[in-house]
Amino acid sequence: MKEKLSAFKLHKTPQLILFVAFVIVTSLALYFSQKSVISFLLLLSSLLFLYYMNLKNRTKWMIGLILLFILIPFASSGGPAFQSYMEVATMVGIYVSMALGLNIVVGMAGLLDMGFIAFFAVGAYAYSIFATPQASNFMPFGHYPLDGNSFWAFLIIGAIAAAITGVLIGVPVLRVKGDYLAIVTLGFGEIIRIVFNNSDSPINFTGGAMGIASVAHPKIFGYELSFPNQFYFVTLVILLFTLFAVLRLERSKLGRSWKAIRENEIAAQAMGIPLVKTKLMAFALGASFSGMMGVVFAAKQQFIDPTSFTLMESFTILVMVVLGGMGSVPGVILGAAVVTILNLQVLTELTNWVNQLNLSGVVSIPDALSPAKMQKFIFGALLIIFALYKTNGLIPAKNRVFDEKKLASDKSNSKDNDPKGNPMTTLKDKDSKEQTKIYS
Amino acid sequence: MPILEVTNITKQFGGLTANSNVSMTVEEDSITAVIGPNGAGKTTFFNMITGVYQPTSGEIKLNNESIVGLKPDMVAKKGISRTFQNIRLFDEMSVIENVLVGMHSHLKANLLSILLDFPVTKKEEIEAEKEAYRLLEYFGLSSLLNEKACNLSYGAQRKLEIARALATKPKLILLDEPAAGMNPKETKELTEIIRQMGKEFHTSVLLIEHDMKLVMGISEHIIVLDHGEKIAEGNPDEIRSNQKVIEAYLGSAAVN
Ligand SMILES: Nc1ncnc2c1ncn2[C@@H]1O[C@H](COP(=O)(O)OP(=O)(O)O)[C@@H](O)[C@H]1O
Ligand SMILES: [Mg+2]
Repeated sequence: MKEKLSAFKLHKTPQLILFVAFVIVTSLALYFSQKSVISFLLLLSSLLFLYYMNLKNRTKWMIGLILLFILIPFASSGGPAFQSYMEVATMVGIYVSMALGLNIVVGMAGLLDMGFIAFFAVGAYAYSIFATPQASNFMPFGHYPLDGNSFWAFLIIGAIAAAITGVLIGVPVLRVKGDYLAIVTLGFGEIIRIVFNNSDSPINFTGGAMGIASVAHPKIFGYELSFPNQFYFVTLVILLFTLFAVLRLERSKLGRSWKAIRENEIAAQAMGIPLVKTKLMAFALGASFSGMMGVVFAAKQQFIDPTSFTLMESFTILVMVVLGGMGSVPGVILGAAVVTILNLQVLTELTNWVNQLNLSGVVSIPDALSPAKMQKFIFGALLIIFALYKTNGLIPAKNRVFDEKKLASDKSNSKDNDPKGNPMTTLKDKDSKEQTKIYS
Repeated sequence: MPILEVTNITKQFGGLTANSNVSMTVEEDSITAVIGPNGAGKTTFFNMITGVYQPTSGEIKLNNESIVGLKPDMVAKKGISRTFQNIRLFDEMSVIENVLVGMHSHLKANLLSILLDFPVTKKEEIEAEKEAYRLLEYFGLSSLLNEKACNLSYGAQRKLEIARALATKPKLILLDEPAAGMNPKETKELTEIIRQMGKEFHTSVLLIEHDMKLVMGISEHIIVLDHGEKIAEGNPDEIRSNQKVIEAYLGSAAVN
């Protein structure tokens, strides 16, 4: 059995056939059923299978994009639940993007940030204030609300505002390390939420605890975007930009300096890496991805108030990163998708189901035990399980594999004085460890 | 002309004087050693040169330019690189990535050029990878390029640390007990590498080492510290026959 499995892992054709069959079946099931959360989730999971298939990267991307842009929206559109599927998919996109941002800070640079939702809030408020009459309370010039066309500019403005906030928080906060950093960022995250909560007098900036309502929907070529399936595409495009940015950063000089700082600050500094500047860069970039999605969130919800940006939200994003695999881009995407779907779809579906059972009198489960209220319990349990049994997350971070042949191309001036790298002499063995003790 | 000139530096940790009025010079393209018993203040001396500690008083000049008060990353950019007594590699990163981090200051990539994937940045990156690979070849580590640094043997880790330090293209490289924990065969190989490395990479070497065979074999100039004070300096022969040194540190057995 095992042999067959490992043989299957290598063969492209049977994999591809099975994959296509799977996608077709789940798509058809999704299209023709009235509401089938299971087939929706199965269709989404095809992206995960795709990730593990033995295909060229380019092919995987092509298939993935077709699934995301065409097949998933189309297959969902068959039944009355279309918009609710698209809503979930959009939220997945928003959270994946944020988790990718936090992954730069926590996973790559090793800076435990527990107040990350603050940057999302900054983006959301930036758009909400100016896309409603709110801004006329304090702006000396201009007419407010700005209309939906400004949304596109605000994607950038939101990102920049969040990045600046990241730097402003980072300057004092990055003096401390480890657990202290976690506590201080947690504090700052709360401070920002409370500032938004209280900035309604004497000048009403944010609407205070009442929040801001009727935020303008985005407009493109005079056409207003208001349905979840439209936001799905907006989110998807932004997410792809984020993903490309993250992947490029990861294999760049900058990504290496973040990891170096995470691994050993003193050595990193001795190699010429400026600590504060590099850490601030991680803070600012991570924040900007979050801020950008904050703008999307505000435009989609049309209403924001401080309760959307609580500590629990920061924890949720952190759970996504830890669960998926710190520092691992595919892992973090999976982690964010799993947690979001668990939150928005699985738990709500279970709650509905339990309610129905209650109503029909089959069982009586008290309200306090309804699945929707178990969210914190489930996160806690998941974290404990992962901390014990799968420390590196669902898809552990991997180092880039360099191709020795390409690097060694010009063999002319090589001076390999290693007797062909005998692994017995170069790889760690117990004896050499013992010697350490004797010598030191 | 000296590349490094240290004048009367003193370092106090509270009541403890770890370095007291130490002066020395490192000549260009030379190999100089700092020896002395444990706790003599050798590592502290290195930490002051590299900006990890600020001297309580005194002056440090690299190529006639003061480097006192600079942060360690600035000192590195000025051209001093180092290894650590207790190995400090980037454990979870691969061997070649460790070396690539060493090239940090020489890569011109910035945020914009990375995000927009400029061709110059791509090219620079590929060049850097090739150069890193050549460095690994020089140290006999090229077959381990994708291995995590923490999976290397002790001796290989020491070599990787030197390779990483050389990747910064230093004018002066400081090696803190590079042979500690190595077996005699590895030590011999390392001795050869250090001897060649100065010429190959055009760098001066300042090293701390307890292995007297290594020190006496390759150093042109030796400084002896004891209780934070310089008690002697000179060439290997002078040090071997210096009575103070023998009493403080070497013991008659080690001299022969
Ligand atoms: N950061 C520090 N704080 C206090 N004392 C220190 C510190 N670093 C070194 N020392 C002390 O300075 C003395 C010299 O240490 P060190 O330079 O490490 O010696 P060596 O490298 O010659 O063995 C020791 O007594 C050590 O305890
Ligand atoms: Mg020491």
